[in-house]
Amino acid sequence: MQIIVCVKAVPDTATRIKIASNGQKIDQEGVKYALGPYDARACAKAIELRDAIKGDSKVIAIASGFSDGERDAKKRLKDVLALGADKGVFIADPDPEHRDPLSVAQALAAAIKAQGKWDLVLFGRQAVDDQNLAVGPMTAALLGVACVTDAVALEVTGDKAVVTRAAESRTETIEVKLPACVTAQRDLAEEKYPKLKDILGAGKKPIETFAFAWPAPAWEVKKLSAPPPRQAGKIVGEGPDAVPKLLELLQSEAKALTF
Amino acid sequence: MAGHAFRGEDFFSLDDLLSDEERAVRDAARAFVSDKIIPIVEKHHRNATFPTELIPQFGEMGFLGANLHGYDCAGVNNVAYGLIMQELERGDSGVRSYCSVKGGLVMYPIFSFGSEKQKDHWLPLLAKGQKTGCFGLSEPDHGSDPAGMETKAELKGDTWTLNGAKRWITNGTIADVAVVWARTKEGIRGFLVEKGMKGYSAPPIEGKFSLRASVTSELVFEDVKLPKDAVLPKADGLKAPLMCLTQARYGIAWGAVGSMMAVLDEAVHYTKSRVQFGKPIASFQLVQEKLVEMHTMLTHAQLTCLRMGRMKDENKLKPHHVSFGKRNNVRSAREVAKLGRELLGANGICDEYQVGRHMCNMESVYTYEGTHEIHTLVLGEHLTGIAAYK
Ligand SMILES: Cc1cc2nc3c(=O)[nH]c(=O)nc-3n(C[C@H](O)[C@H](O)[C@H](O)COP(=O)(O)OP(=O)(O)OC[C@H]3O[C@@H](n4cnc5c(N)ncnc54)[C@H](O)[C@@H]3O)c2cc1C
Repeated sequence: MQIIVCVKAVPDTATRIKIASNGQKIDQEGVKYALGPYDARACAKAIELRDAIKGDSKVIAIASGFSDGERDAKKRLKDVLALGADKGVFIADPDPEHRDPLSVAQALAAAIKAQGKWDLVLFGRQAVDDQNLAVGPMTAALLGVACVTDAVALEVTGDKAVVTRAAESRTETIEVKLPACVTAQRDLAEEKYPKLKDILGAGKKPIETFAFAWPAPAWEVKKLSAPPPRQAGKIVGEGPDAVPKLLELLQSEAKALTF
Repeated sequence: MAGHAFRGEDFFSLDDLLSDEERAVRDAARAFVSDKIIPIVEKHHRNATFPTELIPQFGEMGFLGANLHGYDCAGVNNVAYGLIMQELERGDSGVRSYCSVKGGLVMYPIFSFGSEKQKDHWLPLLAKGQKTGCFGLSEPDHGSDPAGMETKAELKGDTWTLNGAKRWITNGTIADVAVVWARTKEGIRGFLVEKGMKGYSAPPIEGKFSLRASVTSELVFEDVKLPKDAVLPKADGLKAPLMCLTQARYGIAWGAVGSMMAVLDEAVHYTKSRVQFGKPIASFQLVQEKLVEMHTMLTHAQLTCLRMGRMKDENKLKPHHVSFGKRNNVRSAREVAKLGRELLGANGICDEYQVGRHMCNMESVYTYEGTHEIHTLVLGEHLTGIAAYK
């Protein structure tokens, strides 16, 4: 079984995002990159599945993005190789900051098809930087296969996968024929830590380059703006005496409670 | 690794001087510490217990004897090894002590002075965290001056007989093997003493207010019979244990950086959110001065560590360099922890916050592996050529 996992380099969760003075880009000063938490779960699951399936199974990680510096997407492929993936595929993108999700999906779909046989493609449900939640489903559409989103459990038996996904106030268990795409929620797998030996070993695993002719962007980001600063809190009183007033305001003013 | 919420202070962008691998090792250790150590260490510190369930996990990650090569050790370079010690001590000095004693003081001497048989038997078990080791040099009456040790071993026929006592031994009670230094007819030699041997006991030392999440013990030897091959064949004289200490002290210098990172981080967050006189206390000049002092000490220590690590990887690091690192960085960490505790006011004396624990831990780190004063004398000798120990 050939499992593909698509990952993106995103600012780590300790980063405080600042917008550059031209209002077009994120200020890169002091920003560190990492695998996003959803991508990390997708990787952990891909490796878990490969290890559970007897026979010649492989995990291939694919990333598109910058090819050097702190944002170098190959570094994130190395992270996935250190977690146990067998091979990385890198798609150089000269301008990932202005790339729309459809273009990224086209690049990924082309790289996936170039891998020959593939059974399952995993994605994080979203990249935690631009939060489009689009690349997984779009890639699936381009590949002409089903996409199950927000998976919290995934099992493979033969040519089918049983996926449990988180829906509003319920979970859905879906059986899907392979090949298929699945996007990961946090609960899909426990996050793994790379072992030191595997970090050293990752340098010896192959990272191939996939050349992609990027189309003209389908959209253009015009402006980035910071969210409005949080307003100062309001102290309604102290101790149990303040509870009725608090409830009232939560209902009438904040509209946070409905009875 | 997916980003884990701790971002250590890195004022001079030392990350730019680390290789991808070194950063990946640091980030893996950082995530492990954030997820597995920080959430439980307060309880262990309060109960004076060591989290033994972590030992196999350290082994699986490769933290044990990480800079040794072969025998199931990870074989990372010395900068990566230092970064692991830094992250572990960001969690707790006791937890870092477990790993540095094991790597620097138990696995290193077996690796460097042991027979092939001793290495093949012990190193993989210790590396995987299936066995624990301790290092017995200090004695009740001989701390800074180990040359005066009284523990002795006598060889008759094919059997050594060991008598004496060691004190303040990290991991002692939980160790499966003790590397014990004893006086013999040919000078000081190292022995591997195994748990359960007749006449050998390792009672814990109770009542510590420092390094509580670490086991510290006495080792008692009453006519312990050891086979002839229990001796480390290539360890000759006091030089051998001192070489081990140089390894472990190198890791301590990095560990002190981790403690300072934890304390500074907590102090900055606390002082920005604690309001007195209508403003965050971080807006008062006296508070800022303390934060700046802490930050300056941390940054100096980081620069020292990275240079030491590069020199160690180039085989240029000398014991006096390591004395500089241990002395400077631990003194700073002790000072930083104290300032951090002050800044947290009453909260600083409760274990709900980390600063008080780091402050207490640093008292041990200041004293063990060569007291601050002994390292002062090593450096004094380096400068003047005059040894002022006695
Ligand atoms: C928590 C903990 C864990 C430890 N773990 C281990 C372990 O695993 N293995 C091990 O072998 N040991 C261990 N030790 C022991 C440690 O190495 C000794 O405590 C240390 O070497 C100091 O010895 P001492 O306590 O006997 O102090 P002493 O040597 O009695 O020193 C007391 C004071 O006198 C000063 N002093 C001594 N001589 C001089 C001098 N010539 N000039 C100036 N000042 C001097 C010292 O600096 C110190 O301030 C541990 C200690 C602690 C606290």
